[in-house]
Amino acid sequence: MSEQQKILEVKDLKTYFYTHKGVVKAVDSVSFDLDRGEILGIVGESGGGKSVTGFSLIRLIEEPGQVVGGEVIFKGTDLLKKPESYMTSIRGKEISMVFQDPMTSLNPVYTIGKQLEEVLILHDNLNKEQRRRKCIELLKSVGISNAESRLNNYPHQFSGGMRQRVIIAIALASNPDLIIADEPTTALDVTIQAQILKLMKQLSKETNSALILITHDLAVISELTDRVNVMYCGKIVETGYTQDIIRHPAHPYTQGLLSSIPNIDEEKKRLNTIPGIVPNMFDLPEGCKFAERCPYAQEICWKQEPEGTNRGKRHEVYCFFPLGSEDSHE
Amino acid sequence: MIIVLLVVSFIVFFMTSVIGNPVHTMLPERASQEQVDQVVKMLGLDKPLHVQYLIFLRNALKGDFGRSYTHFQPALKLIFSRFPATLEIVVVAMIMTIVFGITFGVYAGAYPRSRISKGIMGLSIAGISLPSFWVGMVLIFFLSVRLGWFPVSGRGTVGSLLGIRTSLATLDGWRHIILPSITLAGINVATIIRLVRAGMLETMRQDYIKFAKAKGVSSRDVLFKHALKNILIPVVTIFGLQLGELIAFTTITETIYAWPGMGKLLIDAINNLDRPIVSAYLLFVAVLFVVINFVVDILYTMIDPRVDL
Amino acid sequence: MFQQKLEETVLSSKPSKLNRFFHSEFFYNYRKSPTAVISSIMILSAVLIALFGPMITPQDPYSLAGLNLSDAYKPPAWIEGGEAKFFFGTDQQGRDIMSAIIYGSRVSLYIGFVGVFFAAMTGIVVGLIAGYAGGRLESIIMRIADIQLSFPSMLIALFLMTTFGRSVTNVLIALTLIGWVRYARIVRGETLTVKKKEYIEASKVIGFSNIKIIFQHVLPNVLTSVIVLSTIQVGSFILIEATLSFLGLGVPVIRPTLGMLCSDGFAVLYSGLWWVSFFPGLYIVFIVFGINLFGDFLRDELNPRLK
Repeated sequence: MSEQQKILEVKDLKTYFYTHKGVVKAVDSVSFDLDRGEILGIVGESGGGKSVTGFSLIRLIEEPGQVVGGEVIFKGTDLLKKPESYMTSIRGKEISMVFQDPMTSLNPVYTIGKQLEEVLILHDNLNKEQRRRKCIELLKSVGISNAESRLNNYPHQFSGGMRQRVIIAIALASNPDLIIADEPTTALDVTIQAQILKLMKQLSKETNSALILITHDLAVISELTDRVNVMYCGKIVETGYTQDIIRHPAHPYTQGLLSSIPNIDEEKKRLNTIPGIVPNMFDLPEGCKFAERCPYAQEICWKQEPEGTNRGKRHEVYCFFPLGSEDSHE
Repeated sequence: MIIVLLVVSFIVFFMTSVIGNPVHTMLPERASQEQVDQVVKMLGLDKPLHVQYLIFLRNALKGDFGRSYTHFQPALKLIFSRFPATLEIVVVAMIMTIVFGITFGVYAGAYPRSRISKGIMGLSIAGISLPSFWVGMVLIFFLSVRLGWFPVSGRGTVGSLLGIRTSLATLDGWRHIILPSITLAGINVATIIRLVRAGMLETMRQDYIKFAKAKGVSSRDVLFKHALKNILIPVVTIFGLQLGELIAFTTITETIYAWPGMGKLLIDAINNLDRPIVSAYLLFVAVLFVVINFVVDILYTMIDPRVDL
Repeated sequence: MFQQKLEETVLSSKPSKLNRFFHSEFFYNYRKSPTAVISSIMILSAVLIALFGPMITPQDPYSLAGLNLSDAYKPPAWIEGGEAKFFFGTDQQGRDIMSAIIYGSRVSLYIGFVGVFFAAMTGIVVGLIAGYAGGRLESIIMRIADIQLSFPSMLIALFLMTTFGRSVTNVLIALTLIGWVRYARIVRGETLTVKKKEYIEASKVIGFSNIKIIFQHVLPNVLTSVIVLSTIQVGSFILIEATLSFLGLGVPVIRPTLGMLCSDGFAVLYSGLWWVSFFPGLYIVFIVFGINLFGDFLRDELNPRLK
């Protein structure tokens, strides 16, 4: 029964980038599931592999990157084994994506009406009039006033926040089952961010579309997502229900991320940071990738990669000494 | 715009009034002083320079550049009569440039790593390294003299097409026009290929292309609907200049192929020190360029919605 | 002894400039790229031929003493009737084509390089002035530049040469007048950028030091663009000169260039003496092609990488 609930099963996904300087394992054996209508967050630092995971799901990885292994089972079908023509028919219709930078995602020489309509032309069987009405409806649903007249406007006539709304409208146009949002609010003003996020959550719930929200901002995760994957250097280090993870983080990295969120109520002279820097992706260490920066690392951490340990309902952590357990040295 | 024309007219006047002494081309060597004075007076050369310029300007506005020293016809009229022939090769060359330049440029830009693309790029560098007169000579020698596929020189028979008298209306006309047009178009095609390719590479890297793919747009449509319109903007701006280059290079092409157009007229006039034709040609061409640039500006605003008129 | 050893080690461990160059990324990419290596060999050989060619040619095609009419109309060596001595054949006066090409290339290359030099100098100076002076002067200069760019350079060259008459100097002047524009634009742009920065920093400093600072800062930043532009311009100038010569508007007859050889050959083309114009033109293509290939490589290398 729960199998029908699952809309996406990712198993052992590997996406590598082959450059002059060497191979970057941007996504290294990543596995996770997603239920219908669920909001999953993928969080981590820049370069941690979050965005690449998102693009790998719909196979929009370009040279020199390649998806080299694993399975992406979407509604029962492994997307990695399907031809490009199949992917073209799915993109925009069953899986759609929202990009990070609204300023550059829209084609500057076409009206937004045309770009919105394009999705409908590609995937739906509506006549011209019906399409027009649907476009207006979509614009209204994302909160754009004067929708009808704005159909004929060009992207440069919209503000960043408005453009992102248009992009969300495009993403929702064909009622997709899954929306992948890659840092959808990073490029926006803080005040607009909240609005857009609220909008996305609302729309996702209304249409029962699953949403994968990729971000580096834990605050966003805590507000919006049902579950979250914490990624570091191409690997998932912890995954579970958002509330569980926030209240009881099991991985030192997760804890580090949480504690570096500034708390306005606390009196502090310095902000917490995770010491050290992200390792050079061309030269990753053996063993646990986080060992160098981990305050609790022990000898085995440098030698072997940790396996997953269960910490509760759907809560997995990949650490030899997860926090809050008898083994840890908190 | 007007300023440009005025400046150009001044430069033309100044330069042409400095070329040799036209008097001597009109008179035999041992003309008497009286005859010289007569000619000087007739040509208005005895008046002070700024007066000459004003007269020149006034006449120019009327379209009067004087009579050709060698053909004895009004200079401008002569140029107009030769213009259609030049226009023919320019038009055919332009069509070739657009068709081949854009097609190959788009391909080379969309699939930069393919072997064909690398071949195209190699050819295009060779293309911009070729002197057009040499290309013309090679073509003539191998295709006309040796193989006899095309006539060696000259313009074909003139017929009537849509009410216009042009050699493009006859098969013979086409046989004559192929080689000159190819010679003329050669360098331009290479330049456009490089330009379009560079534009494509730049455009294909943009986010909106990736976003279009994420919407499920097919690769072909991504290329032709999304990418193409964006690269048209820089391409259109170059077109005006290309057209200008074509017109400039007709001087050589027409000389080689003995094509009876403006270009050949100019070269002959230069060699014969035929001042009226030179100045008429230069001003005519200057006006032409100003008009072309103006049209290009308008096209530009039509394609790019971000630009206001 | 120990002191000596120490000094040796210290001195030898500091790589010389040449050493550093050969280990730089630039040189590495150069070695890896077949087009770069081949094209630079092409250019180098053209230059060497121009410099030392006259010493090895079978004849001096421009001293009337060496010419023998009985040698005329000889086809290239590999065709029946040709001689090994006149490898590319002879023209209607018995001139050896290969020697003519070698001599001709000297003038062509000279004009190409010197022309670019003057155009670059002029353009850089004008650009600096425009950028530094600002205001009206800058607007006027840039306006002129824009207008000039909207006219094809060939036509301008044609016109200038018609007015000035044929001489090497005039060709150089014409090329300078055509070529300064692109250099001026680049330099002026950079000057403006530097001026903004310097204005803020050096607001307390008055007088000449400003000019000097701008000078010092502008030139290094502009260097790569200028180099890339110059390679393209050399090829372009050689072609323009060749075309002018072909039309009889280039350098005077006594110093024939490759273009002029082609034009001479054109006269006999129809009678079947194809080699008289073919080989000079081919050599032009060889030189310019090599330059353009190398210029392309330089442009890709010296421009900030976009990866």
